[in-house]
Amino acid sequence: MAMKFEKKGEGLYFLDVLGYVCPHPQIYTKKALEKIAKGDVLEVLFDNPSSAESISMMCEQMGIEIVERKQEGATFLWKIKKS
Amino acid sequence: MEAWEQKNKKRMFMVIAFLSLATVATYLINDYYIYIAAYVWFGVIYGMCLQYGRFCFSSAFRDLFAVGVPRMVVGIMISMIFFAFVSSIVTSTEMSTFHAAPVGFFMVIAGGFFGFGMVLAGGCASGSLYKSGEGSGAAMLVLLSISITQSVFVAIRGDWVNKLVPQSWHDSAVSKGLPAIIKVGDGWMDQYLAGYVWNFPNITFARMFGFPDESVVGAFLLNTIVGVILPAALVLVWVYLVWVRKGFLKKRMAAGQGIGTGFGADVAGYWSMITASKRTALAGLVLGIAAGFHMFVMKGLQVKFGIQNFGELMTRMGHTFGLTANGTVFDPGYWYVTTQEAQWVGWVTQKLGIENMDNIFFGLTNGIPNPLFNPADWMTIGLLGGACIMALAHNEFKWKKPTMELAFWAILGGFFMGIGSRLAMGCNVGAFFIRVSNGNPSGWLFGIGMVGGAFLGVKVFNWYTERKLAKEMEAF
Repeated sequence: MAMKFEKKGEGLYFLDVLGYVCPHPQIYTKKALEKIAKGDVLEVLFDNPSSAESISMMCEQMGIEIVERKQEGATFLWKIKKS
Repeated sequence: MEAWEQKNKKRMFMVIAFLSLATVATYLINDYYIYIAAYVWFGVIYGMCLQYGRFCFSSAFRDLFAVGVPRMVVGIMISMIFFAFVSSIVTSTEMSTFHAAPVGFFMVIAGGFFGFGMVLAGGCASGSLYKSGEGSGAAMLVLLSISITQSVFVAIRGDWVNKLVPQSWHDSAVSKGLPAIIKVGDGWMDQYLAGYVWNFPNITFARMFGFPDESVVGAFLLNTIVGVILPAALVLVWVYLVWVRKGFLKKRMAAGQGIGTGFGADVAGYWSMITASKRTALAGLVLGIAAGFHMFVMKGLQVKFGIQNFGELMTRMGHTFGLTANGTVFDPGYWYVTTQEAQWVGWVTQKLGIENMDNIFFGLTNGIPNPLFNPADWMTIGLLGGACIMALAHNEFKWKKPTMELAFWAILGGFFMGIGSRLAMGCNVGAFFIRVSNGNPSGWLFGIGMVGGAFLGVKVFNWYTERKLAKEMEAF
């Protein structure tokens, strides 16, 4: 599966990095957050557990809130609001 | 509990049952196999800790440079401090199995190759092992690439590589008086080792100041405090000042805790960085203690059986295939990763009729024993099992087939890691973690190289991901 970055609606973006290992999910997430505007929401879909730890800390460092964390097995769907 | 969760639990118990059964069955055949079992179960501990803490040396500087996350640098430094402390106790009681490696600038270059490769591959040597235990096909490809690269790299011979060898290396290598079976004057790697690397001193911080490693001053003050704790604390101060401080003080101000740019605020910030990822910090702590205790247990078993190397037990049991010219096999006595991976491939290629026991790596220092009797190989199997157990326990196990894109990065990264680990005679574990924690400056030199290589790797990835993301954004 190739990486997908889509605009789902006004202020809502979707980043699909399923199947990717480190460092792809965290780097794509950081870059996608840099591209979107303040107040926009980025949904990130990934299945690399160690990226969860890195994305979580990265958002904390950047002062950005992860508003929803869903996990089913090793698949994660997180909603990140750029503030 | 849902059906898939129950399935995971069942699989987890199957892995535990397999390792337990192998331990008991082999012990019943011959009590010498307890030696291999010790490696297996320490491997299990390493695997569980690595998976639990998402402990990957690759992410230490990569995530710092790429996304500003310091958690892994913190985890590694904590781990090395605890390992060094346990190791100093083990060393001062003359129960250490550690042998210092030569200290020279070549370690920085080797670390550079390795660091660059681990960023491209998405995981270091130990990280790729635990991720394989989580079911990652890309990580398995990384392991295959490291293994094949190493095995081929040490065995390349011929005029075309000999032309790259300085005359001084050649002269020094042939003057070492190695057994005739080792063609030391032919091939780049052998002449690099015997003619160049072996000429550097095998020193520790203790020996640099004239103290034996076993002395209290040598083990605790020089090898641990001067060699590990102070440099590790300085690395963490650097990380705090460059990546964490600004954000921490900003958050502190926003939370109404005052401007607080004084020493007290910085101490609070430094501590918050240390404790930010409890999971990683805890894994680092357990890893460090286990790695030190591992040396003690292996030395204890060597004393019990009256041996210095597992090759002696193999000979007693009648398994002499693949022993080195000295009658030994690779038996580090502590955590190691890459050498046994090369041995696997070496054993397979030997079985396919390709002679490879005439080089230093296989023929003189490590051997190519049947994987069934290879203690370090079993440590790797234990590590894979431990990671798998932990991943299944947390329902994080998932078979992931690598895409062509990931396969490309895995093979390329594994290639650079394979070269780096042979140039350094170890990887992020054997050449960095173990050596640093035992007061061998060679480990820090490898670490400096790894940081430089990781920085370059991040530059490559930044360029690559930026291009891909821009392409995706053309649609909106």
